[in-house]
Amino acid sequence: MLEDKDRIFTNIYGMHDRTLRGAQARGHWDGTAGIIEKGRDWIVDQMKASGLRGRGGAGFPTGLKWSFMPKESDGRPAYLVVNADESEPGTCKDREIMRHDPHTLVEGCLIASFAMNAHACYIYIRGEYIREKEALQAAIDEAYDAGLVGKNAADSGWDFDIYLHHGAGAYICGEETALLESLEGKKGMPRMKPPFPAGAGLYGCPTTVNNVESIAVVPTILRRGPEWFAGFGRPNNAGTKLFAISGRVNHPCVVEEAMSISFEELIETHCGGIRGGWDNLKAVIPGGSSVPCIPGKDMRGAIMDFDYLREQRSGLGTAAVIVMDQSTDIIKAIWRLSKFYKHESCGQCTPCREGTGWMMRVMDRLVTGEAEVEEIDMLLDVTKQVEGHTICALGDAAAWPIQGLIRHFRDEIEDRIKHKRTGRVSAVAAE
Amino acid sequence: MLRRLHADQPATFAFTDANLAWAEGQITKYPEGREASAIIPLLWRAQEQEGWLSKPAIETVADMLGLSYIRALEVATFYFMFQLQPVGKIAHIQVCGTTSCMICGAEDLVAVCRDKIAPEAHALSDDGNFSWEEVECLGACSNAPMAQIGKDYYEDLTADRLGEIIDALARGEVPPPGPQNGRYASEPLGGLTSLKEHDSGKTQYNASAQLAVDLGETVKRIDGSEVPLRMPWQGGANVDAAPATTPVDRNRGASSDRSGEAPGQGAGVTAAAKPAQGSVAPEPGNRPATLTEPEEGGSDDLKRINGIGPKLEQMLNEMGFFHFHQIAAWSPAEVAWVDENLVTFKGRASRDDWVAQAAALADAKT
Repeated sequence: MLEDKDRIFTNIYGMHDRTLRGAQARGHWDGTAGIIEKGRDWIVDQMKASGLRGRGGAGFPTGLKWSFMPKESDGRPAYLVVNADESEPGTCKDREIMRHDPHTLVEGCLIASFAMNAHACYIYIRGEYIREKEALQAAIDEAYDAGLVGKNAADSGWDFDIYLHHGAGAYICGEETALLESLEGKKGMPRMKPPFPAGAGLYGCPTTVNNVESIAVVPTILRRGPEWFAGFGRPNNAGTKLFAISGRVNHPCVVEEAMSISFEELIETHCGGIRGGWDNLKAVIPGGSSVPCIPGKDMRGAIMDFDYLREQRSGLGTAAVIVMDQSTDIIKAIWRLSKFYKHESCGQCTPCREGTGWMMRVMDRLVTGEAEVEEIDMLLDVTKQVEGHTICALGDAAAWPIQGLIRHFRDEIEDRIKHKRTGRVSAVAAE
Repeated sequence: MLRRLHADQPATFAFTDANLAWAEGQITKYPEGREASAIIPLLWRAQEQEGWLSKPAIETVADMLGLSYIRALEVATFYFMFQLQPVGKIAHIQVCGTTSCMICGAEDLVAVCRDKIAPEAHALSDDGNFSWEEVECLGACSNAPMAQIGKDYYEDLTADRLGEIIDALARGEVPPPGPQNGRYASEPLGGLTSLKEHDSGKTQYNASAQLAVDLGETVKRIDGSEVPLRMPWQGGANVDAAPATTPVDRNRGASSDRSGEAPGQGAGVTAAAKPAQGSVAPEPGNRPATLTEPEEGGSDDLKRINGIGPKLEQMLNEMGFFHFHQIAAWSPAEVAWVDENLVTFKGRASRDDWVAQAAALADAKT
């Protein structure tokens, strides 16, 4: 178990002083100017050495992403945009950072902006997080009052403005180019890539979009050294990570743990175990709604990191762990995700706009059992036709949960169809 | 989902003074020429003020940002937080229904809403006080099931508790938001498993609930006076002056237009499409010549100038500009005066080069 002294977010539950003074007492904003003094290349190298992978779901190495920004400006300004549009079902970690430990993020924004030659940073927070927006803005105001951001931010000689912008309830705006469109005042429809944001992003200027957690851990990593951060987790899966556990565990919670912690330890240590015990565990979605579920029997020994879960044909995603026990109707649970993706498809690409609705309607019937067994394969086929055929990854995200369901729970779907037709459960179950 | 404007629209919309000042402040967050970026925050504030988003509100915001109406309408219909129909007078209840909440009992919460409010989502209750809808993941999954009421999250709900909250709201009370099962925030209910030594100096509520209790506007309509306006990015100072100056600006523009007008002065301007600069009476501040009323034949359609919408046209008319040739005749100093006196549209005359556009239009007319 991770010790408290190694936790980055020491006020994640907000029980401590949430003001700037409280944050400073916990070690934030300490020697920020000194970090900036060491220069852009040093910061990017340190980030690369720490092995930090983006915390927004895709797991792209953060230091590498920063190094894509132009070294010299061609006259256009550069921007850091922080993706705080936390909308992936199951995910509720950035909310805790923004309302309870906001100064980790504000300080991270300053350092990251400096590292990519940006004098301005926009934080795009989801519209529903109204109090979180107010809490974060209060922290930004405090930082301005204390001279930590603004002109000559934190006496570093770097002029830096930080703006909080909010959305209005569109999941798709969590996709980085859709977020930029939305931030420009348009419908949140993803852009074709290339050009990538590092070449032409916000207002056509070089832009890097990072998740809240990716930015908020930066100052602590730079203060304590990349070796310290890389000391947690298996190689290529470094660091500590906020896990958000929801669903049928005894005590759902958000908690910071070391990467590569076993699923069993995570649940037993922090969540008071599975409701009804481990035999009652049916399935787990280990990384937010966009990754396929894993059956309970395979989950107990699972290692919670990018590489292990990828080998299980799932993923760590945002580390939003949704736990389902035997009382959960797994078909219905996945159907609800299909409904979610249908609702949130922006409508730009035909395979996704039409496919998400089509998939949901077949799932409707699989839930009630009023379907043909052959339709399961037809549905699987449709998911393959949506996957990879859209501008952004929403199409993939809509397809994967269904693929995971069919891969692991085909028996249950077939049983339900047969039961509906004959009024009996299958022979196997009756034995 | 098909989202259309409501059939029954109010005639007008106007921001309250404080909301207007706030909105103008928001626009300054974005680089010049990128004012459109502010559209979501402005539409949202309009909805916070009125409860829902009406056509006049969308058009007002479009005018403020110099956007064509269709662009604003696109945004209003694309984003699901914008309510395009009236909502309950007391509160609109948004129950999260996505998977984490669903497996923790969100369907029971929806049943409470159907029972207590209306059988269908987005419909008003019989007394008009409440409305509800099922929304997609609200991002409080470790506190499932939950609902957003007004500005606030009520978390760790049960069907009974949601029923009690609705009853309390109907009585005019606002129960403190946040977890409803005794938790503080998103820590494990069974007691802290980490950060134990940090359990000190605890305020009564977590950050979200504390703000809600302090401000007390969970289900109130927002008029902008709730919190002091702060725009630290404009130089770190507390910008108290902004709300006061805005209405004054508008009056100053209007009175100087009329009081400074010599009868018949406008007539001289009509002689040529492009009068020489000298024919314009030099005044302090280089105010261009104005007319008290349109010339014979009626005023020109100033909206044909790119960047001028109905609102700006009205403003220009009030200032005494009705014709292309008037605008075409502005000297640089006069353009500067107009730029300065366009309330909420400062700088628009030079940015969109009205003078050149008006000259072309005036030439085309003669």
